[in-house]
Amino acid sequence: MNTFLQSLVSGLLIGGLYAIIGIGMSLIMGVLKIINLAHGQLMMVAMYVTWALWQFLGIDPYLSIIIAVPFVFFLGEGISKFLLHPLMEKDSILPENQVLMTVGIGMVLVELARSIFSSDYRSVQTSYTDANIQLGGISLSVPMVIAFVAAIILTSGMFYLLTKTDLGRSIRATAQDKDAATLMGISSGKITVFTYGLGSALVAAAGTFLLPVYYLYPDVGPIFTVKAFVITILGGMGSTVGAIAGGLVLGIAETLGATYISMGYRDAIGLVIFLLVLVFFPDGLKRFTKI
Amino acid sequence: MKNKNKKQSLVSRNEWIILLVAIVIPFVFDFSPYIQGLLIFILMWVILGSSWNLLAGFTGQVSFGHAAYFGIGAYAAGLPYLHYHISPWWGLLTGGIAAIVVGYLLGIMVFRLRGPYFALGTLASAEILRIVFGQEEWLTNGHNGILYMTTWVSKYPYYFIGLALTVAALLSIKIIMKTKAGFYFLSIREDEDAASALGINTKKYKNISTVVSTFWAGVAGAFYMIYMGFIDPEVVFALHNISIITILVAIIGGVGTIWGPAIGAVVMVFVQEFFRSAFFGFGPQWISGMHALIFGLLVIFVILYLPGGIMGDWDLIGKKLKFVKKAKVN
Repeated sequence: MNTFLQSLVSGLLIGGLYAIIGIGMSLIMGVLKIINLAHGQLMMVAMYVTWALWQFLGIDPYLSIIIAVPFVFFLGEGISKFLLHPLMEKDSILPENQVLMTVGIGMVLVELARSIFSSDYRSVQTSYTDANIQLGGISLSVPMVIAFVAAIILTSGMFYLLTKTDLGRSIRATAQDKDAATLMGISSGKITVFTYGLGSALVAAAGTFLLPVYYLYPDVGPIFTVKAFVITILGGMGSTVGAIAGGLVLGIAETLGATYISMGYRDAIGLVIFLLVLVFFPDGLKRFTKI
Repeated sequence: MKNKNKKQSLVSRNEWIILLVAIVIPFVFDFSPYIQGLLIFILMWVILGSSWNLLAGFTGQVSFGHAAYFGIGAYAAGLPYLHYHISPWWGLLTGGIAAIVVGYLLGIMVFRLRGPYFALGTLASAEILRIVFGQEEWLTNGHNGILYMTTWVSKYPYYFIGLALTVAALLSIKIIMKTKAGFYFLSIREDEDAASALGINTKKYKNISTVVSTFWAGVAGAFYMIYMGFIDPEVVFALHNISIITILVAIIGGVGTIWGPAIGAVVMVFVQEFFRSAFFGFGPQWISGMHALIFGLLVIFVILYLPGGIMGDWDLIGKKLKFVKKAKVN
């Protein structure tokens, strides 16, 4: 029973981070109508920024969020403005051109990281990296708890942004119907560019919060790209609340699977769920939520 | 052009010339084993790229999981050798058939999906296969892989076998694109609902396209096993190094053209090796780490400025460069 509770709680904690990654992907999917296959790679960039700040300047990973997140935000805006947006008007045989572009971008980001930082495994060692809280026989890793709290704050912030502010409403309007939104006076081009930046910033935040408990190498991205779209499909394409639920479900399913099935199949569990959801419930968890 | 009036033959004059050059070239130049290896890799990528191109470029089903069929082909050659010491050469047949079977079974699931969902579904199935083949050690020897002493030390036999397979693959795709099925493929790519409304059995024709596509992907996998003599799940089911590179090869060369993947494969291998070897030893050493970066930049450039690829936008390139006369090779 203790093992079960322990894996449940660990899954929930990691699920919080997955939720932020998923919301970022979900926003991009909703507004740009593309799968962002550079998502995990953007996270990798944020992690390297954080790591470099810690390694060379001695800045605490949690403090460097104020640098890493804006950095990736502007990187995302740049990518969206100069690389993805111009493709919208271009005529090509395959409609998936923008998706393929994100593949190319992801590849360039990975290789840039490899040429700058080499392929070595990196990690951040801080005083709280191995700290644990004991709670009735269950041990909680302190950085994971911090990450979970941050995830809750970030998701509530996103929730407020999307439902209560003009900017958020413009984003949702553009996601629902771009042409209608443009006719209502929303500058949908700007919103599109901003949304990609916002999605990148969210995944960057997830990256910095993950760094103290994870390790870092240039190819760390694809794993999280895959997780991100699993979460997004699980939650229903373009749904924010769905992405939160999807993240938590994936986190719990993974840890339970790792405990009770096999550690090696940890990454396969999410994918199997993903395929089943895709085939049998294409709406994902969206049918239970509104946004 | 002279042959404009004539009925277009299956193999054009230019293509005969290319084939002839490919056959003669090893006899004329005394290539180092390194260059020979590159030529063989180009051939393998041509088969794999063309196979993807039939399914995605011509039929519009953009698969992000071609590594699944490639890997199944490689393991269909490797597994009988591992367990019963049956020669992997049979894989050239069984690899293709195994890939068809797996492709059909996965197709039951993923062909219910469309567009980006289809792409993700194929990506996920390839990833699942990679993990399963890595975990089930009793069957596949897991991450230790399968080792096989290659039949010949010389690379030339592999080159000619690869060439024969490449010619067969390109020819089969060319033939199928001239039949009624080929036109149905194009109609499915352009508008699946309209094609269905006009009475085309889209499911059937998507499956036909998959059968041919997966067969060649499987054969490419088996050929890889025979040539390299070593496979493990991380290599043959790789998301990036197989699935994605396959797509990029076709994108650079030109999606939806017969010769696009071939050109893309040549460009990909050449650009990568050019930088990996630091301009064949003449450049500074630090540049050798940049090969994949340069290739990625090339991909971005091609998608941005040549959405049809080198082959598809040949006229555009000609206009820009001015020194190529208006020529159409398709």
